[in-house]
Amino acid sequence: MKKVLALTALTASLFGMAAQAETIRFGIDGNYPPFAKQGPDGKLQGFDVDIAYALCGAMKVTCQIVPQDWDGLIPALNANKFDAILSSMSITDERKKAVDFSNKYYHTPSRMIAKEGLKVDQNAFKGKKIGALRASTQERFAKDYWGKAGASVVSYGKTPEAFLDLRSGRIDGVFVDATVGELDFLKTPQGKGFAFVGPDYNEAKYFGYGAGIAVKKGNAALVSRLNQAIEQIRKDGTYKKVQDKYFTFDVYGK
Amino acid sequence: MIDVQFMLDKLPAFLGGGDGQPVFSVTDGLVLTLELLGISLFFGLCLAVPLGLMRVSRNRFVSGAVWLYTYVFRGTPLLVQLFIIYYGLSQFEAVRESWAWAYLREAYVCAIIAFTLNTAAYTTEIIAGQIRNTHWGEIEAAKAMGMSKGLMMRRIVVPSALRRALPAYSNEVVMMMQSTSVAGLVTLADLTGVARRVFSDSYLPFEPFLTAAAFYLALTFLFVWLFKLAERRWLAYLAPRKH
Repeated sequence: MKKVLALTALTASLFGMAAQAETIRFGIDGNYPPFAKQGPDGKLQGFDVDIAYALCGAMKVTCQIVPQDWDGLIPALNANKFDAILSSMSITDERKKAVDFSNKYYHTPSRMIAKEGLKVDQNAFKGKKIGALRASTQERFAKDYWGKAGASVVSYGKTPEAFLDLRSGRIDGVFVDATVGELDFLKTPQGKGFAFVGPDYNEAKYFGYGAGIAVKKGNAALVSRLNQAIEQIRKDGTYKKVQDKYFTFDVYGK
Repeated sequence: MIDVQFMLDKLPAFLGGGDGQPVFSVTDGLVLTLELLGISLFFGLCLAVPLGLMRVSRNRFVSGAVWLYTYVFRGTPLLVQLFIIYYGLSQFEAVRESWAWAYLREAYVCAIIAFTLNTAAYTTEIIAGQIRNTHWGEIEAAKAMGMSKGLMMRRIVVPSALRRALPAYSNEVVMMMQSTSVAGLVTLADLTGVARRVFSDSYLPFEPFLTAAAFYLALTFLFVWLFKLAERRWLAYLAPRKH
């Protein structure tokens, strides 16, 4: 009798779940603290992850986080491994050819990290090596800007690997999102002796219009739902709550 | 389905060209894979012959030390060895301040060291196995001729063992060629590294890796054929009689 009851309860809850909850799967690169990193329980955590849950809350859907290394995100989206990429991906014209984007959910500049006191202009890295994340906006820019002036750009699959090589002296600078550079490297003991050098880099041609959520080309329905959800969490204070958990400054930008 | 035109367009990237550069203007792709393979196989073989002899030594400490080396390098994944050499060693201040850092800071050198030590371990065991397999008749004949132990090793045992090691060694070469693909994980742009770059720039997963696979297949074909020629020449005496 008990068994039957349990079974009925189980089926009921299964049906109930199917009825109310749609699941949206978000692909996130878990090597990009503080936006996303693997927590002690093996699950991803960070700003991007919390934003994903906040958006799901606003859209009243169930969230599923799918970890995926950076350079495979767009191919995996196109292969339907998840419904959207929420991984600090800058909205660029180049990427817009491959995917559709929501409005931005944050916008931070890119900066160069090198030995403290280095003067940075376009010729500062002649004959030297600059590390950047493979297939990132920073890599494109570094290749066009410093690369044309005689620097070689070394591409990494994960940013922490680039920081390791900067520290050991294999490369002379890492060109990276300012927030990641500050919180994942400069503010840690590993970042001693290094600093941001040179200005903020913001050219929209390379760096786009802030980080957005990418969906498969043509999925306009999801884009408008995400835009509404972003607006809603901006309004109701959820965004600020998430932001204050990680940053002491405004990451949304103007 | 598969964009053949795209694969053809990106072909120069695998041959050290692309981005408007002529092919072979850099060593990216095929050339780097062959370099890594050739250099590590050469040094690996140079190490493996003496190590193989030590491995069959009667002195327990000598053979034990070599056993430990081959056990460690055959018992751990090549990728782990590469990461230990590339990321691990660089964490030590002493390493970074020594003369060796000029070499170890290059991903290229780290990859060659890892590949050399790895292939040397496997080749040592192949050679040692063939030395142990030497037919007792050959040894008896050498002794009957009054050869000293060193002379017997040099003239009879080692040459014959190396010949008999050819088939197993050809496997090792092909396996090693495929193993060089891990070089891409320490920033090197070998065939796989180039494929990954094309993949992440174009968002097309199938085409670049298919191109890389075709290169590896062609190389395997070439190596197998070369070893067949070598076996026909040096192992003819073991081939079945044809008349």
